[in-house]
Amino acid sequence: MAFALQVLMNALSLGSLYALAALGIGLLFGVLKLINFAHGDFITVGAYALIVPSAATQATLMIGDFHPLILIPCIVAVVVILALIAEFLVFRPLRSASPATLMIGSFALGFVIQNILIMIYGGRPKAVGIWSDLSLGVELMEGVEVPKLQLIIIGVTLVLMVVLVLFLTKTKYGVHMRAAAEDFRMARMLGIEANRVIMLAVAISGMLAAAVSMLFVVQTGILEFRMGVSLMLFAFIATVIGGMGSLVGAVVGGFAVGAVSILLQTFLPSEMRVFRDVFVFAIVIFILLVRPQGLVMSRASRERV
Amino acid sequence: MEPKTPLGHMVREVWPLIILSVGLLLVVAIIQSLDDRIISQSLTEGLIRLVVVIGLYIFIGNSGLISFGHIGFMMIGAYATAWQTMDPMTKDIFVPGLPGYLLANSHHWLVATIIGGLVAAIAAFISGLAMMRLSGIAASIGTFALFMSFYSLYLQWSTWTAGQSSLVGIPVTTTPWVAFWFCIVAMIGAFVYSRSKFGLALRASREDEVAAKAAGVDVTGERVISFTISAFFVGMAGGLYGHFLGLLTVDTFYLPMTFITLSMLVVGGMQSLSGAVVGTIILSLVIELLRKAEKGVDMGGTNISLPASSAEVGLGVILLLILIFRPTGFTRNAEIYWPFKPKVAVTEVTHRQS
Repeated sequence: MAFALQVLMNALSLGSLYALAALGIGLLFGVLKLINFAHGDFITVGAYALIVPSAATQATLMIGDFHPLILIPCIVAVVVILALIAEFLVFRPLRSASPATLMIGSFALGFVIQNILIMIYGGRPKAVGIWSDLSLGVELMEGVEVPKLQLIIIGVTLVLMVVLVLFLTKTKYGVHMRAAAEDFRMARMLGIEANRVIMLAVAISGMLAAAVSMLFVVQTGILEFRMGVSLMLFAFIATVIGGMGSLVGAVVGGFAVGAVSILLQTFLPSEMRVFRDVFVFAIVIFILLVRPQGLVMSRASRERV
Repeated sequence: MEPKTPLGHMVREVWPLIILSVGLLLVVAIIQSLDDRIISQSLTEGLIRLVVVIGLYIFIGNSGLISFGHIGFMMIGAYATAWQTMDPMTKDIFVPGLPGYLLANSHHWLVATIIGGLVAAIAAFISGLAMMRLSGIAASIGTFALFMSFYSLYLQWSTWTAGQSSLVGIPVTTTPWVAFWFCIVAMIGAFVYSRSKFGLALRASREDEVAAKAAGVDVTGERVISFTISAFFVGMAGGLYGHFLGLLTVDTFYLPMTFITLSMLVVGGMQSLSGAVVGTIILSLVIELLRKAEKGVDMGGTNISLPASSAEVGLGVILLLILIFRPTGFTRNAEIYWPFKPKVAVTEVTHRQS
């Protein structure tokens, strides 16, 4: 029982990270039909923003040294500004292009961001310890101890999801955004301002990326210029198996991918454990063979004729 | 002017192929006549990349789906070829996990390269059966996931691939002329495929998937065929690459390689063979120049250089500019056509707005 609870907590916290990243990707896909290959690099930038820009092997904290109440808005601001710059310089000029062109555009953007990071910070991984006391254990019940961070990750994810749902259903702009995701052209004809809706979606996607980067860097304690890529990959897989264009699907997919990873991590024999990701992908391909349209079908995912 | 003889008609049919081959031959001959070892190495690398880009064109150009996974097939081909050509003594040390037959025997590099391509094609066929069932964008993401899983598999599979260290002792057999002939074969393959029954059906589905389905095109099946053929060429390019470097690391086949080859295709024009060739030549030149600039230029005694990895940044910016200002690439997605006829306005392919 204690063991099962431990595994459950692991799966929930990993799934939370994937779900948050998948939500950021899914939001942009809904409104812009953009598969944002730069989302992982937004996450990376958020983590790198904690330290002083230099190529030194030892990382010196800059924003990372601030009080959490200042630190969090600063990181969020950095990532949101980056996302908005990307929207102005890349996504907006490409708005009328085909989804494939947009996708290559974001891939190019991600590649540029990665290499600028190498230019500024150097290509080697750096250790960065912030809020390391969060990894101390908390006793949930008799014999079950989980790191405080896992509870925080799950808590933050829940809060962000509730806020997002409230925003999308209860506010004017949220309703606009959902309308735009459903049928962009129709929404524009009914007087919804396209640029405002898209910028808002980009900004929210940036905020979610910033949340992921902070949670992730506290968990791993390492900065690496490709740290966001693998997270993004699992988030992509989450959006595909959840059903493209469905936010509920993205969350479901994120938790599903997290659960599968943790289960494999726990139950694979130790010499097979290094191949965990390969097994995850194999399972994903199997799911897609059975349900190519994803677990949750959305209206936007059907290509209209 | 219309050609009057049967031969004339044939020449006109394969005109893009002739002009591209002759052009490439001239480029190779001129660079080889410089007799500079370093330049000739860059040439070989460029020609191998050209084989990869032509392979990418076979799938991406005809199907209209973007694949981020082909460098995975290049890696599969590269390792499969190296397993066959390495000296049995070295194999015992680096890749002791190979099956007994491979450990004890070696093949000629040409045979090995073709078999390497076939291995990549089989991998593509099997994975394609699953991937190509997905709709357009999901399929692209699927190929990316596939690529990452091949990458992590090869990185961990150390008894076969030497894992995170490098596999050395591969005979160096790829000369510029070898690579040139593979380019020619790949161009012929791509040209013939795109004009075959299969290629035409796939191109129809690229323009309008629903209409093609209604006309009886098995879209998924055609995509799998094209995926397999393109992986065959990309896999052979991988074999050539291993025998050009003389060593292999899994990290060679990662995101930078994916990015460079994909941008070559997009910059040239995704939907034409001429685009693949032109894009590769132009971007290879740009990369060479930027790499030179990274090393530094002497100007009045001081060494002025660009910071490291500015070649990559420059490449990314060029790609973005092309996508924004000329999304159909340098060739506007058209082949180099028969020059002796009244000029017909080339209509640009416009994408339906959804």
